[in-house]
Amino acid sequence: MIEIRNLTKMFGHFKALDELNMTVDEGVVFGFVGANGAGKTTAFSILATLLSPTSGDAFIYGKSVVKEPQEVRKLIGYMPDFFGVYDQLKTDEYLDFYGACYGLSEKERKVLIPQLLELVNLSDKRYEYVDLLSRGMKQRLCLARALIHDPKVLILDEPASGLDPRARVEMREIIKQLKQMGKTILISSHILPELAEMCDEIGVIDKGRLIAQGSVETIQSQLQGDKHITVKVLNEIEKAVKFLEEDPFVSSIEVLEGKEEITFVYKGSAEDQMKLLHKAILAGLSIYAFMEEQKDLEDVYMAITKGADSK
Amino acid sequence: MKGFIFNPVLMKELKLRFRAFKSFSGLMFYLAVLIIFVSGFLLVFTDFSVSGFFKPSDSFLMFAVLSVLQMALVMFITPGLTAGSISTEREKQTLNILLTTTQTSSQIIIGKLLSSVAFLILMLIAGLPLYSMVFLFGGVSPWQFMTMFFFYFVTLIAIGSIGIMFSTLTKRTIVSMIATYGSMIFLGGITLFFFFIGFYLDEIMTVQQNTQNLNSFSPFTYFWACINPGVLIFTLLYPELADTLQLAVGIEFPNWIVYLIFYVLITVICLTIAIRKLRANMKTNR
Repeated sequence: MIEIRNLTKMFGHFKALDELNMTVDEGVVFGFVGANGAGKTTAFSILATLLSPTSGDAFIYGKSVVKEPQEVRKLIGYMPDFFGVYDQLKTDEYLDFYGACYGLSEKERKVLIPQLLELVNLSDKRYEYVDLLSRGMKQRLCLARALIHDPKVLILDEPASGLDPRARVEMREIIKQLKQMGKTILISSHILPELAEMCDEIGVIDKGRLIAQGSVETIQSQLQGDKHITVKVLNEIEKAVKFLEEDPFVSSIEVLEGKEEITFVYKGSAEDQMKLLHKAILAGLSIYAFMEEQKDLEDVYMAITKGADSK
Repeated sequence: MKGFIFNPVLMKELKLRFRAFKSFSGLMFYLAVLIIFVSGFLLVFTDFSVSGFFKPSDSFLMFAVLSVLQMALVMFITPGLTAGSISTEREKQTLNILLTTTQTSSQIIIGKLLSSVAFLILMLIAGLPLYSMVFLFGGVSPWQFMTMFFFYFVTLIAIGSIGIMFSTLTKRTIVSMIATYGSMIFLGGITLFFFFIGFYLDEIMTVQQNTQNLNSFSPFTYFWACINPGVLIFTLLYPELADTLQLAVGIEFPNWIVYLIFYVLITVICLTIAIRKLRANMKTNR
């Protein structure tokens, strides 16, 4: 379990994190969304014990990142957004080195390394030099490295950045497997639909502050108070417009010229929406499509950050 | 102790170092310099003929020059091996990952230092067969030989610590290299310059005061001489030089003790700074 309390980080006069508060429960995959410079990497660096906060604290399974960094390191596996590898080490030696760094015995390392390479689909690259691996393979190897000491929490900073679509899908599948293994995962990404697919919860960070947190569905529904509905009718456009104008929840009706399509904003509940459709069919309107425009996570993000800017 | 020997950073560094071609080329260069010197020396002193002979006093001279040469090589090579140890990790973006492991700052720094020291010791050992030429012709005591190697060891650990400190403090390897070589120039050259200046000023003051006592008390002049590796080598080779120096400055305290204390202090201070500054962004250095 991760708990962040009033975390503030100043770089000179620049406030990278501003009283950040959040909690991530055990076994949850939490997606951190934010623009460049929003404070994601700073927050991750503090959780990974690479950076001290100016004020506030964060706790990983009750261990303070400020007061007990060595204890926290045993609990976390960290994968930075940019990282390098040692030129002259082979894949298994790379994992062996980090295993030794975490105090694992040679016997334990010999058992673990093939299992981890299997998990990240790199078994066939076991004796290859790491600098010869592709970027996607290096990312997967780095993930295996973060798992070598079986941490309870994984902190993955942009794990899919710079990867081709196939490598991205492979990375996503591995994260799903890790989720099934019960790991608590903190993950940041710019590819928002991907986060929606992987994460149980997301947090939107902007200018160092968490401006929204919850399940993907919750955040989406928060923004969908005003629904945008598209109706397609055969021929009787004017009749349909007149019918819609009579509904108290309908506003901003627009007719797409040259098409049999009407769009409008609807403020009613799902039940009201159902009643509207029912009444329209009873009124004899030749409706062949009635669609609610779905906002994807990118729209949600844009709307939330726009709201935060205007405050 | 077991932690130091089986230090993962040390093991990894040794593996990487001995896989790199530049390590072998460096060793080859070092041995080539020694071979050229020893062969040249033998040829010159035997008048380029097989009928010439080599006296024990010539053998001692060869030992003396070899010792100075070896110290110069140690001072030249050590910064190159240590001044990039942390900054290279930072430049290659491998340091952050290492810092999130449970390795303490001291384990990482000591591992880095020991790997460089191990390679330098290998160099010194690899040069031993050439040194053994000295014993073949006589004129040198094993005690003198061991003392010399002990001071090589003290010096290389201190220089290595300076290199690692600058490597931790600076972000770029090139800056760290310049700072470390600058320190070498100070220790090897500028200290000697300060010694001569001090000695000259002492002499002027003695003449001005018109005193008959030539043994004026000059602790600073003596200090600059004591911490110079070249002066140390000569006073170890020719103990009468140490007596003359002590007599000249009026201090009866062995210069090798000052050297030892100074270089051990440098080692401790530099390693402490490096350990404290490795996790510079953390309030705690654990």
